[in-house]
This record gives sequence, structure tokens and C-alpha cells, in this order.
Amino acid sequence: MTKFEYAPAPESRAIVDIKPSYGLFIDGDFVDGHGKSFKTISPSTEEVLAEIAEADDADVDLAVKAARRAYTRVWSKMSGAERGKYLFRIARIIQERAREFAVLESIDNGKPIKETRDVDVPIVAAHFFYYAGWADKLSYAGYGPDPQPLGVAGQVIPWNFPLLMLAWKIAPALACGNTVVLKPAETTPLTALLFAEVCQQADLPPGVVNIVTGAGETGRAIVSHPGVDKVAFTGSTDVGRAIAKAVAGSNKRVTLELGGKAANIVFDDAPVDQAVEGIVNGIFFNQGHVCCAGSRLLVQESVAEEVLAKLKRRMKTLRVGDPLDKNTDVGAINSAEQLAKIRELSEIGEAEGAERWSPKCDLPQNGFWFPPTIFTGVSQAHRIAREEIFGPVLSVLTFRTPKEAVEKANNTPFGLSAGIWTDKGSRILWMASQLRAGVVWSNTFNKFDPASPFGGYKESGYGREGGRHGLEAYLR
Amino acid sequence: MSPSSTTQRLDVKKTYKLYIDGQFPRSESGRSYVVNDSKGKFLANASQASRKDARDAVRAARAAFGGWSGRTAYNRGQVIYRIAEVLEGRRDQFEAELRAAEGISAAMARKFVDASIDRLVFYAGWADKVAQVVGGANPVAGPYFNHSAPEPSGVVAIVAPDRPLMGLISVVAPVITTGNTCVVIASEKYPLPAITLGEVMATSDLPGGVVNVLTGSVAEIAPWLASHLDVNGIDLTGVEDAELAADLEVSAAENLKRVRRPGLEDLVAPPPLDRMTKFLETKTVWHPMGI
Repeated sequence: MTKFEYAPAPESRAIVDIKPSYGLFIDGDFVDGHGKSFKTISPSTEEVLAEIAEADDADVDLAVKAARRAYTRVWSKMSGAERGKYLFRIARIIQERAREFAVLESIDNGKPIKETRDVDVPIVAAHFFYYAGWADKLSYAGYGPDPQPLGVAGQVIPWNFPLLMLAWKIAPALACGNTVVLKPAETTPLTALLFAEVCQQADLPPGVVNIVTGAGETGRAIVSHPGVDKVAFTGSTDVGRAIAKAVAGSNKRVTLELGGKAANIVFDDAPVDQAVEGIVNGIFFNQGHVCCAGSRLLVQESVAEEVLAKLKRRMKTLRVGDPLDKNTDVGAINSAEQLAKIRELSEIGEAEGAERWSPKCDLPQNGFWFPPTIFTGVSQAHRIAREEIFGPVLSVLTFRTPKEAVEKANNTPFGLSAGIWTDKGSRILWMASQLRAGVVWSNTFNKFDPASPFGGYKESGYGREGGRHGLEAYLR
Repeated sequence: MSPSSTTQRLDVKKTYKLYIDGQFPRSESGRSYVVNDSKGKFLANASQASRKDARDAVRAARAAFGGWSGRTAYNRGQVIYRIAEVLEGRRDQFEAELRAAEGISAAMARKFVDASIDRLVFYAGWADKVAQVVGGANPVAGPYFNHSAPEPSGVVAIVAPDRPLMGLISVVAPVITTGNTCVVIASEKYPLPAITLGEVMATSDLPGGVVNVLTGSVAEIAPWLASHLDVNGIDLTGVEDAELAADLEVSAAENLKRVRRPGLEDLVAPPPLDRMTKFLETKTVWHPMGI
């Protein structure tokens, strides 16, 4: 099967106005930082997009103090209904500026416009809309008759869903009456800084949301700042461990949403074409830069050949390239560093004896690219079956019985998500009960919704984001 | 009683051992420590558990987890209620043990024993309610069935507070009610009632390994449990030394254990919900709706 020839259908960049440099958003204004600066680039072209301030300890201190003032003087005193109205405003402005956010996210992150336009940004708006409605109903949430906010939340988010992770952090925090200091990832700061403009347009009181840009050092300064009452982090398990250690013995509350190595389990009675779509969505959505990606395919031995043949055929139709092209399925790898990690683990996969396959795929000259890849003949001991690759790389294993599938699926220190493909209802429910994972997608994969709690078991972290459960992290 | 008296019978004293995997082994280390009553008079030698005992206990708790968490919530509630029933039948014994250990009045001891029994009954009733209280259906914006339900975290290590019976039951019952299994370090000062409670649990249809009781030095045993990679959560309620608590939390971070930090708590007051929810995971299941 060959690809149809598509004419390029690029989304216009004209809608975004990227400034040459950005300061920090503290106390309602953009201010110059005291520290150095760094560049954010487009991972699909390596073009420098803007110069970004790197917040140092003094900047973080200013941001935390601004958040504390806003908390004490304004936000904690405001009625829930009024807080909610600010969040509704923010949701509406995001909807109004959705195209701008989608294009900017795609440029800065490298993910396809199809995804930012249809997944990231709509869910961001929905998330603010959802939590806006909770702000005046917290006493019904099951956390006591008069739940109280915690104070200042320090939030550190990753580069894979920059704006969406911002929404997951800020919306529930504000709804519950907390103020925030948020650090976007160093490779993807632009949509968070555009969100700061949204806060201004919404007349959000100064200091309620503070955005400080920077890398690991800035994150550490936030986490260890004594004025921070709550730490929320999404990112790697290693950094999550370090954060859990850093807050030990303190009164800081913590939620961690960390790595994963999800099993996507296909039984012999599964609707194969749907399952193949689910496998593709599970691992190639967002270039596989997804903590809950279905990165281990467990396929029942009797249908392995058929599933793999169909999977390969489907992979040949994936369009890899310009993120702003509306036909693009797989965009750019977010950074040179991440690309190096994906390459390294893939080479280890080959060296350990697994068989590597990618469709023939013309990759652009500039930028960071990795073709959709599968490994067959993978055993549970292989590093590509155990470690999170965080790229478009699928490890394929087989099983014979449901019990074996459960054992293999659970044989990981992670426990974020899992997928089940079968036509048999009772098997779905039994499998779902056996899998040690926080989100189980049956006959679907990678679905997200503001009303649906998300988070992991075991070393995938603790706490839930989304839904009524997501309020718990921000209330006492 | 004096052995010289011909009319008085010599007491048969109990050997206090550990409670691991439904059995009562001595510490593999062969160590014991002296437990005195409130006036300093010798009561008994308690086993002084070692690192190896802690690891044996974790292995037993892990082995018991699948079966215990796989039981129906109704059945777990029945078993917890059964512990209350058996404890009710031993009120006098525990009253005497508490008085001996703590030097408290008969009325006070009776109050703690009764409150302990009532606390078990309270949690017995929770077993098949907690999923409805903390779980639920999620109205997602699409044609999907979506619901969230709590599941136990797994093996939980517990440092019990220094209230011999009430303290132990207050920390253990909420953890096992929801399907976790546990390894609990009993009050270092008052270990004896904890082992006697082990006898109650051993005869209450509670499967071996669901609750494992260690006696000995908290400072010695707790770090092994905090750093054990097959332990999913740790309850530090009974850790009084703030520095030790912080160290244990650091060790626990290695495999992202769920940590319940120590803090002042009136154990007799109605317990906070987070005694259960701290060691519960929320599982969310999606399925498309269609024909």
C-alpha cells in the first residue's frame, strides 16, 4: 500500500506574534529576570524562536512572595463563585485564541498542528471550564464540609504537552483558592508565556498566577522554597524521586505524575483494524512523547502475525514531517537531547537482539526526527521493554493466556496506564481489575478528559489530576 | 505466686514472639528485649525483630496481597468484623494487659479496649462503602463509559503509635479494610498487647500474612521497611523522632512509596478518611459506547 500524494497544507504562522525576547511573569507583569537567558528553538527547523529569561533563586523568591501576597490579600478571601468566574473567563479567552495557541504550541514543541488544534487546546479550554465550575462547590466534593486551600503551589511541568499540563496544574489549584508559581519546561516556554497574557486579558488579580521560565535549577528553587505549600510535578521518575526526597520532613504536600511503560494488550478476538488504530495512536500520538504511551504491545500469539502485518501496513501511511502541515501525523522530536536518548535506547534494543523495523520515511534535513519504529522479538529483560523511551518506538511481546498477559503487563515498576483490546466484556472487566495501572483504556487508548482522573500506581507517581479526584491535591 | 506454696499453682508464662505469615516465630536473630510494667517490674521478654524478620514479613505480606485484595469487599468486612467479635471475647485479658503495660486504671483500660473493638466494627462497615464514597462515574465529553474506583496500594509498612491496643488497631484496620496487607512495627514501649492481638487475628479468619506484627526497635527496623522496594506505602504515625521520620521519608522516595507523615492525632476521636485513602490508588477505566 502506498501513500496518497498530498499537496502540502501548511497552517499559517501569521496568527502568532513571537517576540524576540521574553521576561518572567511575576505579580501580573512581565519583568526582566536577574539570571541569564536561554533560547527556545523550533525542533522541526532548529530556528531560534526567542530569548527566554532564566529565573534564578531571587526571581523565584519574588514570584513566591507575589503568590503569597495574592493568596493572603485577594484570592483566598474571594468567594468561590468569583474565583470560578475568573476561570470561566480564562477558558473563554483560550477558546477565542485557540488557533493562536495551537500554532504556537506546534512551532515550539514540534507536535503536529492536527493534535494541538484538535486535542491539546480544546482539552485545555475544557479543563479550565471544568474546574471553574468546582470553585463554588468544593463543600460537595467529599473533602469535608469546609475544605480550605493550601496556599502557594509550586508547579513544574514537562515539554510534551506544554499548555495542557499547565491547565492540569493551574485550573484545579486556582479553583480551590491557591495561587501558583509555575515553571514550564525549558524547551517549550512560549505557550505558558502566552497564557500569562490571557491572565492579563482576564484581569486575573496580579500574583495569582506567576510564570517563571528556566531549567532544572529554577525547578529546584521552586520545589525547595520554604514559602511553597504544595509541589506538583509532571515529568521523569528520576526527578520525581529527587522531589520526593527534597520535601521529606517538611509540611509540603506533593503530587507526582511520572513515567510509564504501558502495556497495550491485544487478544485474539479483538477487532483487529480498530486495535491497530489503537496501537498506532497509543505509541505514535505526539511522537510517543507521552508518559502513558502504549509502548509495550502485548499481542496474543495466535494473532501476532496478522496484527503485525496490519500494523506495518498502517505505519507505512503515517506522514512524518512539518508539524504545521495539517496532513502531518508524526511531528518532530522535541529536542536534540531527547532524540539522542531515543537513538541510544533503540541501538541498545538492536544490540540486545530485538529486530528493528521502520517504514521507509523521508525525514527533513534540519530539525530532530525519528521514524515510527517497532521492535519485534523483544523479551521482558530487554531494556527497551523496561525503560521509558519517550519516543515513537514500540516494543512487541507476545503472550498465550490472559494470566500471562497480566503478569507481563504488571512486570514493571511503573503503573500509569494500560490498554485492552478484546470483544469479550467479562474479559475486559477482569483484565481491568488485574492491571496495576491508574488508567485502563479498553478498546480505545490515549483518551483524556477534564472529568476523568489521571495518575499512576507504583513508580508512576501519586495523586490524581482531573475530575473530582483532582481537587484533593489542592485542599486540606 | 511463690513456688513454695503448695496450694498455689505456678503461672504458665507466655512467650511473646513475632507474628509473621500467620505464624508466631521468634526473631531469627535470637534477640529479645526486656519489657517492664509502668513501675519497672519485669513483665516479659519481647522478640527484638531484625532486618531479616522485616524482610520475611514483607514477603509474607506480598504473598497475601493477591488473595486478600481479590476478596470481595463484603468478605473483607466480614473478616474485620470477626476480629472485633473475637476481641470482644477477650476484653478481660486485654484490660489486664493494658493495665500491666501502662499502669492505667481498670476503667481507662476498659475504655481503650472497648474503643478498639468499636473501631474494628467501624472499619468492617467501611469495606464495601469506600469505593462508592471515593469512586464514581465520570461524565466525559464523548461516547465513553468512564468510571473510577479505588484499589489498594499493595504492601504497607506501618509504625504504630505508643498506644498499645487502640494505637495498633487505629493504624492497621483502615489499611487492611481496603485490601492492603501490612507489616506493622508495634509500640516499642508496649509491645506485648500487640502480639496478643496477633493471636486474635490468627483466630479470626484473617489470612496469614495480611497483618504481620514486628516488635523491637523502631529506629532499627523502620529504615529497612522504608527502603524496601517491595513495599508500596509507609505510615509514619508512630515515629516520634522528627529526624528519623524525615530520613524514612527520604528512603521511601526511592520507589515513590505513598507516605503518611507523623502528626498529632486524637486516636479515640473519629478517624480521618485519609487513614484509608492515603493507601488507595484510583483506577479509571474507559470503554467506548456504541452498537
